Amino acid sequence: MATASHFKENAHAALHDAPLQKALQHVRANFIDKRAKAVARLPEFDALRDSARDIKDHTLANLDLYLEAYEAKVVEAGGQVHYAVTAKDGVDIVLKLCRDRGAKAVTKGKSMIAEEIGLNAALEAAGIDPIETDLGEYIIQLRGEPPSHIIAPAVHLNKEQVAEDFRRAHRDLPRDRDLSQPVQLLTEARGILRDKFLSADIGVTGANFLIAETGTSIIVTNEGNGDLTQILPKVHIVIASLEKIVPTLEDASQLLRVLARSATGQDMSVYTTLSTGPRRPGDPDGPEEYHVILLDNGRSSMLGGDFEDMLRCIRCGACMNHCPIYRAVGGHAYGSVYPGPMGAVLTPSLIGVEEGGQLPNASTFCGRCEAVCPVRIPLPNMMRHWREREFERHLSPASVRYGIGFWAFFAKRPALYRLTTNIAMRALHLLGRAKGRFASLPFAGGWTRYRDLPAPQGATFQSRWRAKSGRLN
Amino acid sequence: MAGQKREAQLSAREEILANIRRSLGVTGAEAPRRMAVEDRLAEARSGIIPERGQGDGATQAARFKAEAERAQASVAEVASAADVPSEIARFLRDSNLPATLRMGEDARLASMPWGATTLEIARGASDGHDLNAVTAAFAAVAESGTLALDSGPDNPTTLNFLPDNHFVVVAASDIVGDYESVWRKLRARYGKGAMPRTVNLVTGPSRSADIEQTLLLGAHGPRRLHIVIVKDA
Repeated sequence: MATASHFKENAHAALHDAPLQKALQHVRANFIDKRAKAVARLPEFDALRDSARDIKDHTLANLDLYLEAYEAKVVEAGGQVHYAVTAKDGVDIVLKLCRDRGAKAVTKGKSMIAEEIGLNAALEAAGIDPIETDLGEYIIQLRGEPPSHIIAPAVHLNKEQVAEDFRRAHRDLPRDRDLSQPVQLLTEARGILRDKFLSADIGVTGANFLIAETGTSIIVTNEGNGDLTQILPKVHIVIASLEKIVPTLEDASQLLRVLARSATGQDMSVYTTLSTGPRRPGDPDGPEEYHVILLDNGRSSMLGGDFEDMLRCIRCGACMNHCPIYRAVGGHAYGSVYPGPMGAVLTPSLIGVEEGGQLPNASTFCGRCEAVCPVRIPLPNMMRHWREREFERHLSPASVRYGIGFWAFFAKRPALYRLTTNIAMRALHLLGRAKGRFASLPFAGGWTRYRDLPAPQGATFQSRWRAKSGRLN
Repeated sequence: MAGQKREAQLSAREEILANIRRSLGVTGAEAPRRMAVEDRLAEARSGIIPERGQGDGATQAARFKAEAERAQASVAEVASAADVPSEIARFLRDSNLPATLRMGEDARLASMPWGATTLEIARGASDGHDLNAVTAAFAAVAESGTLALDSGPDNPTTLNFLPDNHFVVVAASDIVGDYESVWRKLRARYGKGAMPRTVNLVTGPSRSADIEQTLLLGAHGPRRLHIVIVKDA
């Protein structure tokens, strides 16, 4: 799955993948426009973003103490807390809980942490049947694919592809049934999964937030699958990374107000569910056991460093929805669990800059990701940090290193830089005067292969600036 | 990465806490930090609260209704608790649905005149074979048209998710402006720092847009959510 080091090849293939390009057309109207409308309806939105950022920063600065407080509350409510240093530790804890209880079928709410640790493959290898219940996750599980988006896992697919998968997987249903519309696909999945919900031994969900004040885990869904996953089986396992902690219910409210609006353009997702411990005396339903697995997997080392801000992320997906690169190539091209700008920053932290170093280059630095981030993560800045590290470790391709070295030679000699660029711009201006653009140009093949290069107007930016303001010498 | 070397004698918990503290440059014993965290947890201060949920009772009820309808719930207002059974019976009849209804032990629901309708009433949690269920809300939030439902024998959580059609009865006096007011009500009922097993904040009926981003109602939870506001309760 980790093909992050092949981003260029992956992206090239994605640009020529017609069904993918068709599916990606849906992103604008359904994510970007809806978010903009929801934000416009709430005058306090930007102030809430500041509040959300501050809450996360405060929590991260005191994460050790909030973890201790949270754990004490979970235990007080009758739950158990398990700590996982690595992804493998997380998997091993889930497997042990399953084996000790003789579990054969495990329903799963949508969880990026489960994706991060590769839980499904591990369960299958142990002879346990993992059943994804979020519609998008269910579809990609049938296809044996990873999610291509953190909140819309099947956003890369068209309904015809899903219909094909359902015909292949649901063999007991009539061959000639009509599956031409999304509603028919949804109805079929609902029927199949309803039985699975009712017969599962264990339910695994992620968490959007963990509340230190009460020992509560919160999941946010639209389908209700996460709820059926956690209230029907005898055991509810929550798997969450350390930075999901927030101090109080009030703090969670601030974050909830920016989460759904940023993610899907809803004011609130349909189901925001707060779970605290197992079934209480007298309760007629709910799980008999409640376990929380807290995953570190490199996060504690991000604290106090260049990438600490990334731990504010609440996984809304707004950065990828607004990213021109993501919208051009989709999520799979990133070859990592987390795609888009947030993935480009987080992935090298999780798997190392050697493997994930190409991803921070998958950005035009247009800044839209930071502009829409509900917790104001300076994503472009952090991608720049990674690019510096990649360069320092000589991981960049030779062409990039020599190119930058060549540019740096001139940039460090301003007079020479001005002279050379003045001559070059004038020359290009004269050469391109007739057509106003170049269809091909030496050393610019990467650009001109797909579009023309506009011919320069003759003067450099610096010379025009000087002429205008008399400054910059 | 430093700190990733497994120290066999440390538990995973201690290893993670030690690594966090090393990264933050703290010991965990600093009194000012501990005080700040304890105060924050104890005070549970509210942050920014949107203006749009605020106002007097009638304004909040109107806002709640409008927002719930925006989220594709249907909303009816009745004068008193005695009118609830006939409203639910009417909804089922108008929607060509069977006159069956499951509910928990909630005293507010139990005191309603169900016998005056032809509804066939079942009690207790759902095993997944019920078409219709009713629960009584703990509170409702004007800001986003959200219902707050607490778990327990009175209103079993399975009733909120398994039936196709979910009815929720809300007393107009339980409509509040914002989520923070729900937390205050919960603390008053269950105690500070304590919670019922489950609190479901529900905003509209179940839905999915996972196939071509086409919004469809009734993904895994209820296809319809009908809210009955009781004015005089």
